[in-house]
Amino acid sequence: MAGSTQSRFVSQLKRYYTLYTGGFIGFVVMLAILEQMGVPNVMLGYIFLGATTLLYAGIGILSRTSDVAEYYVAGRRVPAFFNGMAVGADWMSAASFIGLAGTLYLSGYDGLAFVLGWTGGFVLVALLLAPYLRKFGQYTIPDFLGARYGGSIPRSIGVFAAILCSFTYVIAQIYGVGLIVSRFTGLDFAAGVFVGLGSILVCSFLGGMRAVTWTQVAQYVILIVAYMIPVIWLSVKHTGNPVPQIAYGYVLEKVTAREQVLNDQTTPEGAKEAEVRAIFKQKQEIAEVRLQALDAGGAAWLAEEKNRLARKAAELKSRPGGDPQAVAAAEKAVAEFPRDVASARATWKKAADTAKAKSEPIVSHAEPFAGKDEKTRDKKRRNFLALVLCLMVGTAALPHILMRFYTTPTVREARHSVFWSLFFISLLYITAPALAVLAKYDVYTLLVGSSFSELPSWVSAWAAVDKALMSVTDLNSDGIVQLAEITIGGDLIVLATPEIAGLPYVVTALVAAGGLAAALSTADGLMLTISNSLSHDVYYKMIDPKAPTGRRLFISKALLLGVAVFAAYVTSLKPGDILFLVGAAFSLAASAFFPALVLGVFWKRANKAGAIAGMLSGLAVCMFYMYTTYPFFGVNAPLWWDINPISAGIFGMPVGFIGVIVGSLLTPAPDKQIQELVDHVRYPNLERASKTEAA
Amino acid sequence: MQLTEKHKQYWRKNLSLTGALLVVWFVATFVVGWFARDLQGITLFGFPFSFYMGAQGALLIFMLLVGFYAYCMDKLDREYGVQEGSK
Repeated sequence: MAGSTQSRFVSQLKRYYTLYTGGFIGFVVMLAILEQMGVPNVMLGYIFLGATTLLYAGIGILSRTSDVAEYYVAGRRVPAFFNGMAVGADWMSAASFIGLAGTLYLSGYDGLAFVLGWTGGFVLVALLLAPYLRKFGQYTIPDFLGARYGGSIPRSIGVFAAILCSFTYVIAQIYGVGLIVSRFTGLDFAAGVFVGLGSILVCSFLGGMRAVTWTQVAQYVILIVAYMIPVIWLSVKHTGNPVPQIAYGYVLEKVTAREQVLNDQTTPEGAKEAEVRAIFKQKQEIAEVRLQALDAGGAAWLAEEKNRLARKAAELKSRPGGDPQAVAAAEKAVAEFPRDVASARATWKKAADTAKAKSEPIVSHAEPFAGKDEKTRDKKRRNFLALVLCLMVGTAALPHILMRFYTTPTVREARHSVFWSLFFISLLYITAPALAVLAKYDVYTLLVGSSFSELPSWVSAWAAVDKALMSVTDLNSDGIVQLAEITIGGDLIVLATPEIAGLPYVVTALVAAGGLAAALSTADGLMLTISNSLSHDVYYKMIDPKAPTGRRLFISKALLLGVAVFAAYVTSLKPGDILFLVGAAFSLAASAFFPALVLGVFWKRANKAGAIAGMLSGLAVCMFYMYTTYPFFGVNAPLWWDINPISAGIFGMPVGFIGVIVGSLLTPAPDKQIQELVDHVRYPNLERASKTEAA
Repeated sequence: MQLTEKHKQYWRKNLSLTGALLVVWFVATFVVGWFARDLQGITLFGFPFSFYMGAQGALLIFMLLVGFYAYCMDKLDREYGVQEGSK
């Protein structure tokens, strides 16, 4: 009976989402026609972002619910295939959608750490956690810790860690939302944050997990369509092959050949590149000389240097028939002169570093761990592998992802849904490296060597928007663009691809809507995780276990609102860089949750004391390392084995495992009831089997 | 409830399958990653081997691992009579 209701539900879902996808494509085509009829770009941007946001809100309103199981786990009837799509949207954030291809463009092979880490983690989810959590079948991840280890301390630590990593992650998402909304509608960043937040709230506020699930499926469709179209187009343009994932091997070869020409000083183009690099080398030296003088002379030297520049500017100005450009440059140098010693040190250090990076030869895109000596290369390799491991284990420990596997009807479907999740996620992750190479080919062949008077239109358009994203300066005044004269910000790659490929503006708006879908869907899942931890684990399980359903849901929704406003407030302060925030969330999750969760299933002897010791020590080591080494906090302690702060989980994780093991062995084994719970989660259906055994 | 010998065998089989697949996962990611510089001379489908593995090969292997695990466990569940309710 239940089976036939479920299969009717599945076919209904398939019909709805097929219609929806068709409708969405129709909508894009209609906007393309509007564009041809002369509707201005800004209007198209508004219509696109507005319509998709309304769509999400609409699904949210249609899925409103006041049933506990619907609110927390979408009624546990999400089929594997659709749960896979929802995980995909939940998983792929603004960082994946907008940032990843840019990171790959800028760092080549070394950027693949993110591709590997963010997909390989699902092997751990499938093998070590998803089926067992589904069999356990409660509502949150702290639920599992609370039931498996007994008492409210493991649950409380779980709540704390879940909120800590989800909150760090949600800040990065809201930041992305604000960025996209403000860039494509012209609204202020803070206003963009609150508009985006409104649509997140309408969705999760009314229908909890149920609304979030069905919205995420809709968002996945938009984001994958938006990602694929420009890349396919670019691939056809450069290779004639519409499957970029296969075609770009050939383009990569050409990029590599081009890198060799540009690095070779005996070719005319290589000589020009060397000329520009020499200018950067000079700039680096000037900055370094200043830094040395500053260290020796301090504030007195700084004041004197400023006076000297001011005198020079005044003298240039007073000279009759002087070059007005030189006067302006000299005055600018005085106006921008750092005010105090600290800011002078920061400015010149940055100038020296930037110039140094620009003065070095091009690093080959496909070369792993490029470096000038064995020591640099070894350091890069260590950091690459550490980052991959942290991202993988973090994937298998982030509560908003694990929570999604509570929503499938059965253990069997949970296993299958990990496969679909990985499939839908990999579609984007296999495409991103292709996009990076295709964009690089475009820049290396069409932009480099072109004349400054005839720059492609996308270059000047983006340079006008934001200098950090795109800027070209004719440093050696030869009127020709050299590679070293181009500065590209990572986020540009995805945002500008439609224009690089020569597609109409409607595709640019589509990409913006895709980025927004990616950021909103992840933010939805994270917000729900935070408010559920507070309402279900703290309020219902620890403060008032007798609370009636109505009040539990009311508390949950009120907390959601509170968390959302607080998160938006923190985001509007613009803390730190997005990639670090995201990486930090993974390291924290890997250190706090992974050991206790995995050993909870696979090691019956693990007990409460062990879990407490493991989670606390793992989390403490990870947070300590981040605090002492990440420049933002200003401690700047020496690194351990040269491992960057983003991979702090590499130390937290083993400490967490040791903590669980040592803590458990020092104290008595868990009681019979808990051992039986472990058996319960290990077998999809123990009861039925034992009955047939007895019969 | 006391587990039967059959149940324990099911769990041991699950553990060895999980272990074997984790070894493949580890080799595809970390062993290939460690030797990435030494392997880049080999060409696969027009790509340098290490780059191909990081950008596509490993992802395909991950998908195969997860799919294979789901398939094997479905079979194992039925073999040992621990599958969920009738369909």
